[in-house]
Amino acid sequence: MTKSSGIMNSIKPRITEIKLSLYLLCRNRLTRLSLGVVILLGLTALAAPFIVPHPEHIETEANPVDKLLPPSGKYYFGTDELGRDIFSRVIYGTRISLQTALIAVGLALLIGIPLGAIAGATGGMVDEVIMRITDIFLSFPPLLLAIAIAAFLGPSLENAMLAIGVSWWPWYTRLIRGQAVSIRERQFVKAARAIGTPPVRIIFGHIVPNCIAPVIVQASMDIGGVILTIASLSFLGLGAQPPTPEWGLMVSTSRNYFLNAWWYSIFPGLAIFVTVLVFNLLGDGLREILDPKTRKI
Amino acid sequence: MRSFIVKRVLLGILVLFGVILITFVLTRVIPSNPAAQWVGQRATAEQIEAAKIELGLDKPLYVQLERYLADLAKGDLGRSLRSHQPVSAELKAYLPATIELVLVSTIVAVIIGIPLGVASAKRKDHMVDHVSRFFSVGAVSLPTFWVGMFLQLIFYRWLGLLPLGGQLSMGIKLTREIPHITGFLMFDSLITGDFVVFRDALAHIILPGITVALYPIGLVARMTRSALLEILDEDYIRAARSYGLPERMVLWSYALKNSLGPTATVVALSIGYTLVNTFLVEAIFSWPGIGSYISSAVISLDYPAIMGVTIFSACAYVVLNLVADVIIALDPRVRV
Repeated sequence: MTKSSGIMNSIKPRITEIKLSLYLLCRNRLTRLSLGVVILLGLTALAAPFIVPHPEHIETEANPVDKLLPPSGKYYFGTDELGRDIFSRVIYGTRISLQTALIAVGLALLIGIPLGAIAGATGGMVDEVIMRITDIFLSFPPLLLAIAIAAFLGPSLENAMLAIGVSWWPWYTRLIRGQAVSIRERQFVKAARAIGTPPVRIIFGHIVPNCIAPVIVQASMDIGGVILTIASLSFLGLGAQPPTPEWGLMVSTSRNYFLNAWWYSIFPGLAIFVTVLVFNLLGDGLREILDPKTRKI
Repeated sequence: MRSFIVKRVLLGILVLFGVILITFVLTRVIPSNPAAQWVGQRATAEQIEAAKIELGLDKPLYVQLERYLADLAKGDLGRSLRSHQPVSAELKAYLPATIELVLVSTIVAVIIGIPLGVASAKRKDHMVDHVSRFFSVGAVSLPTFWVGMFLQLIFYRWLGLLPLGGQLSMGIKLTREIPHITGFLMFDSLITGDFVVFRDALAHIILPGITVALYPIGLVARMTRSALLEILDEDYIRAARSYGLPERMVLWSYALKNSLGPTATVVALSIGYTLVNTFLVEAIFSWPGIGSYISSAVISLDYPAIMGVTIFSACAYVVLNLVADVIIALDPRVRV
């Protein structure tokens, strides 16, 4: 057997598995729809600067002649108190929300995965200490810890991402530790240990790659929650700062105007809701097909 | 079981200590100049120096921690930068309104969430189930602050049915004696028989109450559904059905009773979430609680106030977690 066909043979079952998962995922109508919307949102985020009708309104450009206009053919979602096109800003906000959510979750993974893997693979005192620290972090409501950290770091979008990353990692640590504990006793890990592989290589070369899948799945389910948390921090004034077209911040500034300009708060809020909803529905669907209890083929 | 509870309480104390340690690190270790942060941006150099001594920042870290713990034990959370009043006194003043809001929304969540969960378990994979599942996923996806504004728009601006915000109407506040016994407005007005004030307070709590309740409703409905579905498969349910007992009785009395354990846990946990959710909602409704307090503290970066609310809410959350775990332990089936 040549080497390439060997690789093909080892990849084949994985491809079949992915295809099966995709098939199962798409069988549920609601999940299929949310998958479609998630892809659409991703494309919107990528293309945002090129497709918005009024790119000049994304940052400061004030246009006082058109201030607080209701939705019309020119401004689909109306305009805000500076006369900026809300539609353009909401579309551009997709990019900001998805980007910050991905970075925040990535940060949480970056802290959570090594800690969990070390705890699970080492065991003993190290495990005990890491997991107790994890417990303490888990006993904060995530939003509360994020508020406290973001406030002390100073209000900015970067700090909000940092704050969310720091308050979100314990979930991944716990998850990956459980996996690592069971993998630690497997033959291939014992074999690696027997030939004298250094512990760091065992943890990051053998254990982490074998227990990362469920963590990635969990992380993708969390994107919705993280987007909501970012919007909440921005709403409180601890996230994005004006004139960034961030959804939570837009809803926050609309507070002074929305009773007479409903469109100002409705559309950015709707954008948050729809985005978080489709990510959560997709996560729900993923959980259903990945959990052997509820999986029906 | 007693040993479990003792162990759990000890762990709770450890966690509480950890929570305090985290807040200590946040306020005293991470900032480059904690004294300057602690007294605010407009402080003079002398004030910063004074704060340095007051906080013990010239001493080694373990002495600082000792002092921090001693202050906390005395209930001293520092002074607010805006009002120069002790944070603990301000918290005490703002707390009743928040507790009232949290309690009302939790009750609403139980009253709506449990029947919703039962209905969707009863008709699994039917229309009711889909709608209720969509609703519970939707409820946890909604930005609460936006829901509040949306409700204000509909019920205040467009329909004119409910007040915009606050705890009482201005007219009633000015013309009537407001009963003040426990600090809980609705409770006080009810026991003194002041129904005018009670009705006004009730009208004011509807919108914020619904806004805050949405999240726990979804949570409770989901939990009830999955717990019920598991139990409906059990033999004793089949036995009850084969006796010919009415389905209503099987569902509401036989099955629901056994699924209440997980639901009670979720309710206890969701109170903690609800508390933090009020931070996003209260300011919109000008509700005079700690949520409004922290949102204005955040805007002016009033660090002692932010930290005070954080410590208080984290402690409340830890205690609620503890209660939830003890509730589970009371269930004879999980006794160890």
